[in-house]
Amino acid sequence: MAEHSSPKAAPNSPMIEWRRTDKRFGSNHVLRGIDLQVARGESCVVIGGSGTGKSVLLKTALGLLKPDGGEILIDGQRVDHLSEAARFPLMNRMGVLFQGGALFDSLRVWENVAFRKLRGAGRRALAEAKEAAVEKLRRVGLGPDAAERYPAELSGGMQKRAALARAMMADPEILFVDEPTAGLDPIMSGVINHLIREIVTESGATAVTITHDLSTLRTVADKVAMLHQGKIIWQGPVAEADTDPNPCLRQFLAGRAEGPIEAVR
Amino acid sequence: MTPILAFLAALGRPVLALCAGVGRFSLFAFGAFWRLFAPPWHLREFWRQALRIGYFSLPVVGFTAVFTGAALALQIYMGGARFNAEQVVPSIVEIGILRELGPVLGALMVAGRVSAALAAEIGAMRVSEQIDALRTLSTDPMRYLTAPRLAAGILTMPLLILVADSLGIFGGYLVGVRRLGFQPDAYLQATIAAFQWMDVVSGLVKAAVFGAVITLMGCYHGFNAGRGAQGVGRAATNAVVGASALILATNYVLTELFFGS
Ligand SMILES: Nc1ncnc2c1ncn2[C@@H]1O[C@H](COP(=O)(O)OP(=O)(O)OP(=O)(O)O)[C@@H](O)[C@H]1O
Ligand SMILES: [Mg+2]
Repeated sequence: MAEHSSPKAAPNSPMIEWRRTDKRFGSNHVLRGIDLQVARGESCVVIGGSGTGKSVLLKTALGLLKPDGGEILIDGQRVDHLSEAARFPLMNRMGVLFQGGALFDSLRVWENVAFRKLRGAGRRALAEAKEAAVEKLRRVGLGPDAAERYPAELSGGMQKRAALARAMMADPEILFVDEPTAGLDPIMSGVINHLIREIVTESGATAVTITHDLSTLRTVADKVAMLHQGKIIWQGPVAEADTDPNPCLRQFLAGRAEGPIEAVR
Repeated sequence: MTPILAFLAALGRPVLALCAGVGRFSLFAFGAFWRLFAPPWHLREFWRQALRIGYFSLPVVGFTAVFTGAALALQIYMGGARFNAEQVVPSIVEIGILRELGPVLGALMVAGRVSAALAAEIGAMRVSEQIDALRTLSTDPMRYLTAPRLAAGILTMPLLILVADSLGIFGGYLVGVRRLGFQPDAYLQATIAAFQWMDVVSGLVKAAVFGAVITLMGCYHGFNAGRGAQGVGRAATNAVVGASALILATNYVLTELFFGS
């Protein structure tokens, strides 16, 4: 996918970079100076307690929330002050899975998945678009009958998988995935984890995955970043996460109630 | 703070809020209209919305029009009887329906039906991050959601009101012939004699404007809905109230423009 990247960006510059990113909602100071880099073709998994701002972190990179301070660079280009319209070409290179799925409930599942191919610049013939959508749905374990239904008629886990199929549809260079396995059974979790890993390994995409699920962490991650109290308190290769003595990281990975991370937040 | 200052502050705050709201709505409306004239258009969305806003409003609007025409005929007959002027019933019913009651009451009914539904729909889409998802799919939500609804409102409302006009006059005719003792031929001839294109055209122009008001109010409140089910509910209420008030106000302005001398 290297032919897509803009010529001005140096090939070894990070694909996604948060620099001292700050975000607050009123008195709620969620992100307090995030510094994080994700290299090209790397799969970064962000972990952290519930409500620490992982989804907010993702949305700042997508431009859905405006950071109050700091910079965000994608492919070497400042994106935090881009207008909505200026962001669209960038969005064409991305696939996003929202935590809640965010399928359009007025459209059938396959129409959701084929959304980009049914309108706008990437428009294709109806039959071709549908065929491609059904194929993507098959890869996330959904059959042709599910494709014909409306999102409200699917279970939560099926919606999540359909949303992942939509995120993968345009063969994105950059994949943002918010809790891909929440609400899935262990077998389906395994399928989805391997699918995300496959996308990164095969197409060389850069991925940022948010998860609470340690099996996702082990399958998907090249790099792990842990968010706590508005900061990245630990980051490093996944192999080191298991041996690093950082008390927050140890507590999180062991799932203990006692430790530096308060259970009541 | 002194009591006087506190009083002034209490007075000023809602006024400022109102001005800010009017400003925001105007910007929103401007953005929506601008997207009507520049491609890309989402035609499939337009057809779906035209069906939903126009076609499915036919029963409510028709029902309203028939009974309004009927009641109007009765009132004018009784009022006219005081001056021995019962013969004005057909022409006054016609003028009243075509100029004012058809468009205004029709629009108010559609406002209740459509503004609330649009606000709830878009508000729920916002809450469930579907609007964000549109953006990540390189689709402008204003273009994909608002523009087709606005176009559908502007184009289907005049057709809807044309039906309402006919049914309203028909309601008056029924009462006139069945209850008030008019000869069917005489009633129809009086109606035709009083007919003026300007009455119909002004009503249809009003209808188009009301169509814009209804859909813009619905979309605006949907996009600005608060979080959660409560926020969506409040957005729906505000949309209906806002649309109804704005319909009545613009109706007066348009009437002045068309008929004020
Ligand atoms: N649009 C918003 N307006 C106001 N506050 C918000 C908004 N979005 C998120 N927050 C606040 O930001 C904080 C972080 O939320 P976020 O959704 O990022 O958590 P999270 O780490 O993704 O948690 P989880 O793992 O449960 O999904 C929360 O305290 C939340 O209340
Ligand atoms: Mg989250």
